[in-house]
Amino acid sequence: MCGIVGLLVKNPALRPQLGALMVPMLVGMTERGPDSAGLAVYTEPVADDRHKISLYSGGHKVGWTELRDRLGADLPGRHEISVQGNHAVLTSAADPDGIAAWLARNEPEVAVLSVGQSIDLYKDVGAPADIADRYGFKSLSGSHLVGHTRMATESAVTPAHAHPFTAGRDFCLVHNGSLSNPHLVRKRLEPLGIEFETDNDTEAACRFFEWRLREGDDLETAVKRGFVELDGFYTFLMGTDQELLIVRDAFACKPAVIAESDDYVAIASEFRSLAHLPHIADASLFEPKPEEIYSWRI
Amino acid sequence: MANLRPLQSLREFDLARDSLRDLNLFLHKHAADEGITQVHVKNPDGAHSVACGLDAKLDVEVHGHVGYYLAGMNKHATVTVHGNAGPGAAENMMSGRVHVKGFASTAAGASAHGGILVIDGDASLRCGISLKGGDIVVGGSVGSFSAFMAQAGRMVICGDAEDALGDSLYEAVIYVRGRVRSLGADARFEPMSDTDRAAVKQLLTQAGMNHDPAEFKRVASAKSLYHWHADADQEY
Repeated sequence: MCGIVGLLVKNPALRPQLGALMVPMLVGMTERGPDSAGLAVYTEPVADDRHKISLYSGGHKVGWTELRDRLGADLPGRHEISVQGNHAVLTSAADPDGIAAWLARNEPEVAVLSVGQSIDLYKDVGAPADIADRYGFKSLSGSHLVGHTRMATESAVTPAHAHPFTAGRDFCLVHNGSLSNPHLVRKRLEPLGIEFETDNDTEAACRFFEWRLREGDDLETAVKRGFVELDGFYTFLMGTDQELLIVRDAFACKPAVIAESDDYVAIASEFRSLAHLPHIADASLFEPKPEEIYSWRI
Repeated sequence: MANLRPLQSLREFDLARDSLRDLNLFLHKHAADEGITQVHVKNPDGAHSVACGLDAKLDVEVHGHVGYYLAGMNKHATVTVHGNAGPGAAENMMSGRVHVKGFASTAAGASAHGGILVIDGDASLRCGISLKGGDIVVGGSVGSFSAFMAQAGRMVICGDAEDALGDSLYEAVIYVRGRVRSLGADARFEPMSDTDRAAVKQLLTQAGMNHDPAEFKRVASAKSLYHWHADADQEY
């Protein structure tokens, strides 16, 4: 079992409240996912020539400012870092793949959680409320977000196994369910040079969709291919810098409910995570139908 | 002062303030001691197991949306939700009445042995799965695999049905008014008899719905799965 939450504000005036609206949604899914939690938030994009990289050091002590300076000495360009405990967002004009390679050589204990121009990513083990406090989720602003609370069923409880999973740029995915053929998917992708970081089934789905996006599919087409290629139970919630998308498998064993109003679209595994939202009584409430794709653009 | 006579048989719970456990404890034990038969619940906000396991002639009205297992195992009580219900509403009901005024999520009325479940809106997948004698009336449409392996009881669907309606049915009977995307294995359309039309009329009346029974089609078991056929090649 796991909990998923998603929120996209249609009314730009609500963007500064994105995190505050979301925290009760995430905490509301604690019983469905008490062991880990994570969040991808999409903010105003950085300048065209720059990228944001979300970094995570877990239990290791990392001198983030010193890391930035050492990186700057090796990779020329302006690097900025904003730090929140064991998490930091590095903004840089240097090639993100070059930065990741530099980190792997020089700071192997630092994990890259996401790369993009809009996405910031946080995930860790622990109770959702503690993680929300740890990273100041309440004060986050942005246009949309994808969140998850995890109750591990098929792989270890570690920060790397927590959701959201990311691949490529500005793409993330969370999953409630379990896939039965992740190893087949992986065997198909690895010869294409696609590398995996964990043995988690959700990572296979995330890398499959991102591969299709790179091959030229739009997200909806990629998801339709997933109906054929991915076997198992799923409610998937995905984000790109422009879009929020939800889909359930043909058997729809894993729940989801959507509340849509003029101001926002809010998604959760259960209504109890939506009950607090402003003017919820006036929002249109519905459950996504199996194998129907629902998406919203910012 | 006669006009100010208090409604002594009514008790109100506000789940924004009162715990779910206190509500269900009251319904299970204290309501009878205090002679209370009517209970109103507000702010359920998606709570699970609201009015679950009742075993008395109580009338419970819930104002708002509920989560999993509304009125599960209900016996004797009438539970009405002015809102939507999560998965497993009225699961394993034995008797009484559960009425969801909005939509119901997956597996509504699963395994119900008796009583009636009324859903004014749509019901999601697997509505009435393994039904064992209860009645279900859905004002809207039902999702795929509804009435899967239903053994006894009746199901009235005023709207459409998605895939595999009545797969592996036993003795339960389904009446459906709208389009059926596909029937499940061993389910078939059968002619409506006067008895069928009377049953639909009676169930619609009980549900407070108004349709012409002549608009409904009967779906029941072809009974070809009842016995083992050694030469069937297992191609069902």
